Formats: sequence, structure tokens, C-alpha cells
Amino acid sequence: MKRWPYILPLVAVLALGGIFAKRMVDIENGTDPSLIPTVLLDTPIPAFDLPPLPNRGEALRSEDLKGQVSLVNFWGSWCIACVSEHPALLAIAKEGDVPIHGVAWRDDPNKSLAWLAQRGDPYATVGQDPDSKTAIAFGVVAAPETFLVDKQGVIRYKQTGPITAADWKNKIKPLIAELKKK
Amino acid sequence: MKKLALFLAALCISSFALAVEPNEMLKDAGLEARAREVSKQLRCVQCQNETIDESHADIARAMRLLVRERITAGDTNDQIIAYMLSRYGDYVLLRPRFMSSTLILWVGPFVLLVLGGLVVVTRIRRGGTEGLALTEEEQKAVAALTELGEGGS
Amino acid sequence: MIIELGHFALALALVVALVQSTVPLIGAQRNNASLMAVARTSALMQLVLILGAFGALMHAYITSDFSVIGVYENSHTTKPLIYKISGVWGNHEGSLLLWVSILALFGGGVAAFGTNLPPALRARALAVQGMISVGFVAFILFTSNPFLRITPTPAEGQGLNPLLQDPGLAFHPPMLYAGYVGFSMAFSFAVAALIEGRVDAAWARWVRPWTLAAWTFLTMGIGLGSWWAYYTLGWGGWWAWDPVENASFIPWLTGTALLHSAIVVEKREALKSWTILLAIITFSLSLLGTFLVRSGALTSVHSFAADPTRGVFILMLLGLAIGGSLTLYAIRAPHLQGGGLFAPISREGGLLINNLLLSTAAATVLLGTLYPLFTEVLSANKITVGPPYFDAVFIPLMVPLVLLIGIGPRLAWKRGDIAGALARVKFAGAATLAMLALSLVINGTRTTDIAGACGLAIAAYLAVASISEWIDRVRLTKSGAWTRIANLPRAAHGMTVAHLGMAVLIAGVSGATAWRQERIQTMAQGQTVEMAGYTMTFNGVKMVQGPNYAAGRADITVSRAGKTIATLLPELRTYDQPPQQTTFTSIHTTFYADLYAALGEPQGADGAFVTRFFYVPFVPFLWYGVLLMGLGGLISLSDRRLRVGAPQRAAAAMPLAQAAE
Repeated sequence: MKRWPYILPLVAVLALGGIFAKRMVDIENGTDPSLIPTVLLDTPIPAFDLPPLPNRGEALRSEDLKGQVSLVNFWGSWCIACVSEHPALLAIAKEGDVPIHGVAWRDDPNKSLAWLAQRGDPYATVGQDPDSKTAIAFGVVAAPETFLVDKQGVIRYKQTGPITAADWKNKIKPLIAELKKK
Repeated sequence: MKKLALFLAALCISSFALAVEPNEMLKDAGLEARAREVSKQLRCVQCQNETIDESHADIARAMRLLVRERITAGDTNDQIIAYMLSRYGDYVLLRPRFMSSTLILWVGPFVLLVLGGLVVVTRIRRGGTEGLALTEEEQKAVAALTELGEGGS
Repeated sequence: MIIELGHFALALALVVALVQSTVPLIGAQRNNASLMAVARTSALMQLVLILGAFGALMHAYITSDFSVIGVYENSHTTKPLIYKISGVWGNHEGSLLLWVSILALFGGGVAAFGTNLPPALRARALAVQGMISVGFVAFILFTSNPFLRITPTPAEGQGLNPLLQDPGLAFHPPMLYAGYVGFSMAFSFAVAALIEGRVDAAWARWVRPWTLAAWTFLTMGIGLGSWWAYYTLGWGGWWAWDPVENASFIPWLTGTALLHSAIVVEKREALKSWTILLAIITFSLSLLGTFLVRSGALTSVHSFAADPTRGVFILMLLGLAIGGSLTLYAIRAPHLQGGGLFAPISREGGLLINNLLLSTAAATVLLGTLYPLFTEVLSANKITVGPPYFDAVFIPLMVPLVLLIGIGPRLAWKRGDIAGALARVKFAGAATLAMLALSLVINGTRTTDIAGACGLAIAAYLAVASISEWIDRVRLTKSGAWTRIANLPRAAHGMTVAHLGMAVLIAGVSGATAWRQERIQTMAQGQTVEMAGYTMTFNGVKMVQGPNYAAGRADITVSRAGKTIATLLPELRTYDQPPQQTTFTSIHTTFYADLYAALGEPQGADGAFVTRFFYVPFVPFLWYGVLLMGLGGLISLSDRRLRVGAPQRAAAAMPLAQAAE
């Protein structure tokens, strides 16, 4: 009598159970499965030319990002998680390792300015992206999202959600040091 | 009337909206129809299983507007979808592409059907068809019972 | 005090369930009647205790006892009574208690009415039910206790999500759960049969009414959910192949297969091990549906990440129930005696192909639902499997199935006459072509029109095939037809009605998909919109006050050829508690088509609003179809041969009657 056909369902269910278990372990380990990995990793940044906030410095252009390692941070005055990220950005700006370029995404420029005036301004340049075109070009889903761009203008890392002090220390800062050497 | 004004104010500050809004729509009915068709193939990247066409999320609205802008600029439907794919990856497509990682997804059901069919055929074959004719006794019983209209399921 | 009593009753139920899951098994093994009798008494005791616990929780909700956390988080004093009641199962903890309450009801049902079951089989089946109960009562008590208090007692509750404050959704979960949990009976009987190592026609007859009842509930539950989505969500759709919907649809597909394969076991003693497997799988998928998908482990991290113990507990529980039963299956199933032989073309053969198609369809929906999880876990790749996939793969599997439904009932058991069967579906074939031509002439020949016409044609085929089969069977045109109709087993009538329901459902799906129209616009007072021959006039928006919400209500007059037909009053509601906005759609139905209005945001200060109208022909057929299918289930259930506990095992000793049926 052939037995194996009767064992098949059990094997299938065990395999399924294994996948569910791995998923739960992933969640436990803080690998958030809701994050979408960017397909843009290791590709050049999209071209953009974003107007500055009123009376605040230069426009933000993709061309200007070349020749220097930099961070591009998508944010908006409407974004709640950005408030919690802000102290970390201010600290990074103070360290001076890397310039942070802000993209005021889908925002009223006056509100963006007021927000920066109230909470401090970590950005080297800020460009406006009112119609989300640059955000979509970067594959942004929800603010805040931050991209680490190397000297050649290639995206090397993407942070989905707020940068924490730990993220900065353990992931982003070492990566910047490495990219600067090249 | 004051109550109504308050109500309207409350609505304006809330993000409540119903998917495609009239002010987004293109004047040209043919182009608008194309925009709807493209929108129904793209997933709202921020939501659960919703197309950008039916989603209330801001990012979905931005994507809808971009779709319309590209259509007006003369892009084909496929070009627009390819652009979104290049920005967000396969996640943005509601109909998964046929590729190595989706092979099982697309082929699996039909393989299963064929395998199942083979099992069914061999089972019936192995059983053989001898002894399938009703015996005389059985035929009598059938005759007796069909009078009652038996044979339900 | 009542809450503590409820809590205590539930704890006691756990103890009783432990007894129920062990003692009767030992009794059955030793053939000890008094130990086996424990199964009945403990099942009835469990019923009383769990219903007591459920009643205690409901009392807390009705009296708005906010010292109970769940009541505080999900209820509010101003909420209408019906939503206070439905609030009991509008949250994780309460819905679990509802789940075990229904489980206890089914267990109690077997104990009370299964008096004619062989004592050993009954004892074992109830013991398996006891095990399920142990698992889930423990899960409630240790990880999701609805009886926990909060101090100090809040003065007011936080209210229920307004989307859930709806009559359709109030009864959707109990219906759905009755379906899911009902399949636990088939599961318990299957496991009991595996322990006994014996499956025969009598076994199938005992299992069928429970399966039929579960299937009927699940059918109605899914229909109710779909109806709710249709009239509340404001997009005029009814099915989105959402993981939550799929989770209920997959067990429905395997449950439908089970219903049909159990017939083969009953009549012909064939397909035994397959039927047992289907019973186990159907309940396993129900568990998957209730716990994994609904809790969001598949689609989002929130619920389980918030409390990983729940996730681990539920995974272990599912592992034990599903893994355990399938292990038993792997050991015992090869030894089940094969049954009657049959030719490829026969009623059995037809039912086998029915099972093949339904199971493949179920596997396909499961594959599509879980595939994003697979790629994510195994390759960190994120993909989306959306409606276009399901439509592309599911429909090709359903078309041959529908064709088969028309022919299958015409085939004789053992060896059928395909030529004869085909000859007798000629009317159905003619109806198919007639409908196709009619639809193409009336509706046009765009791609969507052709798809819609094909759908309607298939529906017409199935309807005519089902009705003509019934007419032939009762020989309606000959004298004495009334007697034959009266004598025809109810199950046969039930089959015809259910298959007819399927036909109506297909017509609904095809028509509503192909010919849906939509108008989205900003309307100022007095403006009109034309759609499908109707004129909608926007008469402005007024404020109205509901029991626990304020709403802007639009007044829209619908007229046709200058005559006013209906007034649509869609609302945009703002609930007090929690403060949240929802649309409240307004639908005018002609019983053939729906006119559907939803109100959007105000535009500017002059009282203009966004409005959206849908004209959805055939959509009421969806609900008629579901109702007919449910009715078919009920009619079959009333069959004297299927009456719970009625069949005796002795009946199995009459092969003549078996073969002849």
C-alpha cells in the first residue's frame, strides 16, 4: 500500500506552518514586513529641480547633489512622525558629517517655514514638492523617508520611517564613512 | 445654518474623501477612461489591497494625478505602468508579472488541476469497470425505488 | 459581580472541556458505557457554562458597565441597543467568546439530538470537540480575556467604529462563525472515524446535516458580508478578493466539495479517505480564516506584533489541531476500505470532477492570498496579488464546473449515459445560445458586453438545466406529478434550488461587472445628472441629527421620462464617539438594478457637493442567488433522511437500497 500520498497534506501544512513561524520570528526581530524595500537602491537619483521655500536659500536640484555624500529627507508639516524624527536630524546636522537636504512634500510653504522656525532647521537646502512628483520618483510611500546618496548621485540606503539615534549610529553613520572613502 | 457651517468646516479639515474626485478628472472622456483603467491596475502603496482608483489616501491621489498628467502628455498606458513599476517595484502592480518568482503563482493552479486530473483518471482506471452493470436484483430495486422518485443528492 | 461569575463559568468550562476531551476517549477505547456517557453530560455542561459566560459579557455591554475594559473600549451609552449587543463581538476578545459559544452550541446539539449515534462514535466525536474547546477557551483565558476590569471605572466608553454600527455587520460575524465552527462537527466526526478506523455510509449520513448546516450559515455569512461592503463602503462594488474575504471563501469552496463528496460516501461508500481529508482541511481553513487572517498576521503587523504571545499561542494551537489530525490521517487513512467501483462517466465521476475543480479553486485562492507572504518571507521581495490575478485564474476553473452542474445530476450512479445526459440538456443549450444572442443584441458587442453576455448565457444554461432536470425527475407533465413532487426527497429539491441560486448569482456577478455605470461630479443645488435613462436632481444638503451622529443629508430626486421615481438620501455622517466620518449610501432598487448614491465632500462655500452615482444592473441577483443557495441548504436540511441522528447504522447493511438510490 502506498503511504506517501496520505502524508502529503501533513507535509504541506508543516511547510506552511514553518513559513508562518518564520514570519513571526521576523516580526519579533523587528523586521517590519510592512516596509517596502526600495527598488531604487544602487541606482542614480531621479532628476529633479525643486523651488526653494520663500526667502530660504537655493533651489534643490539633483545635479547639485553630485560630488558629495548627502541625505535627502522627505517631510511635511502635516507629518506627525516627522516631529519625532526631528531631534535626530538636528543632531546629525550639528555633527556636520553630511548635509541634509529636505523635500517639503505636499505642503504649504508657509507652514513648512513656520514648522522649521518652531522646531529648528537642520536642512542645507529645502525644495518644495507640492504635487508629489519627486516623492513618487523616489518611490516614497509615507513621510518621513530618507535616502543616503553617494558622491556619484547613487542611492545607497533608504530609511523608511523616522531615523532614530540608534539607526544613525549603527547603520547610517558607518555607511557614510565608507562612502566618503570612495 | 450655523450648524451646517460648522459641519462643513469639520469636513474640510478632515482628510475624508471618496477616491476619484471630480476636480481630478480629465475633460476628455476617452483619456479619463484610460486614466481610470490604468488606476485600476495600480495599488495604493500605503493601503491594504486597494487600487489607487478607489483609495482615499493622499499618495493615491498624487499617483492618480500623475497618471492623468502622463496620459495628457501622450504616454501610453504601458509606459505609465512601467514608470510606476520602476519607482515602487512589483508591489505596485495588482496583477503580478509573470517571472521566475511568480512562476508557482501563475502555473501552480493549472499544474494542480492536471495532477489532480491524472490522479482521478488513474483511480477510476485502476478500479476497472467490471461488475458495474446492475444485477437483476438491483435493477428491480431501482425500478421499485424510482417509482418514489429517488435519486436525490 | 455578574462579570466575575461569567469569568468563573468560563474557567469552569475549561475544566469541563478537559474532562470531555479525555474521559470519553478512554471510555470508547475500553468500551465502557458510563465513561462514554461523560461525553454527553460534559458537552451539555459546557454549553450551559459558556452560554452563561457569554450572557454575562452581553449583560455588561447592555448595561454599559465600563468597569470592564472591553466594554469601555468598544461601547458607549448613547449607542442604540442593537449595537451594544453586536459590540460584544465587534472586538477580538468578544468575538472569540462568540466563537467558543457557537462551538458549545454545536457540541450541545450533538449531545442532545445525536441519541441515535453509536455511543463510541459519539463519545469520540464529542471528545474531539472537547479538545478544540480546551484550546480556544484556554486561548481566551490566558491571552484574550474579555472579563478584565479597569479601575477607576471610566464614566463613558470610547464607542464602536461607526462602520461596524450597521445591521448587516451586526449579524455578519455570528453567521460567518456559525459556518466556520459548524465545520468543526465534520472535523470531529472525521477524526473520530479515523480513530475508529471505520468510515461507512451511515457515517456520511451523520456528518452531512452538520456540514450542510455549516455550509448554509457560511453561504449566508459571506453573502451578508458582501452586501454590507456593497451598501456601506460607497464604491458600488461587492467583492474585492481581499484577504479577509478570501479567508471566508476558501473554506466555502472546500466545504462545498465536502458536501458533494459526502454524498458519494453515503450512496456508494467510495471516496472515503478523500472525504475525511476534505473535512479536516475545511475546518483547518476555517481556523486559518478566523484567526490568522482576521487577526492581521497576513496583511499587517499590528495585532500580533502588539502581543506576540497571542501569535505564538495561536500558531501552536493551529499546529496541534491541524498537524495532529493530519498525522492521524497519514497513519489511518491508508487502511480505510475502498468502496464501490464506478465508471468514469457516472454520477460519482461527475462529483469527483466537481471536487477536483472546487479543490483546485480553493487551492488557487489560498495560493494567491498567501503568495505575497511566501515571497516576502522567502525572498524579501514584496509583490501584490490583486483582483486581476484571481479573476484570471478563478473564472477558467468555474466555467467547466458550471457546465458540469448542468449535466452531473442527469448521470446515473455507477455508470452514466453521457449521450443521454447531453441529449437532455439540449433545452439548456438552446437557452444558452438564445441568451447570448439576446444580450449581444440588447447590450452591444464591446469586450465587456461580450464577457457579460457569456456570463448571462452560462447562467441561463445552469438555470434551465437545473429546472428541466427537476421537471424530468418529477415527470411534471404526466399525471400524478404532485405526488411525485411530494415524495421526492427534500434533498433533491434542495439541490435544484441551490443550483438555481448559483445560476442567479452568476447572472448577478456577470451583469453587475459588465454594465455598471458611474457618474462622479460636483453638484450645486438644482443641478441634474443623466445616467442609464434616469435623471438625478440635487436638491441640496440638510443637517440631520441621529442617535449618536450628526449628518449632512443630501436630497436627490430620481426621475425617468419626467416622472419622479424615488428620492435618494445619502448622508455624510460624523459620529460623536468615536468622532469619525462615514458615508451612508442611499440605494433605490428596481429589483433588477440598483441606483446607488453616495455623498462626498463639499466644494466651496455655496453648498455644492461631490456626488457619485452608480447604476448597477443585476446586482440584486447576487443577493437573490445567495438567498436561494441558503434556502436550498435549508430545504435539504429538512430531509427526513438527513435529520440529525435519524439514520441508523443498520441502514448501511442494505446494499440494495444504497445501490438503487
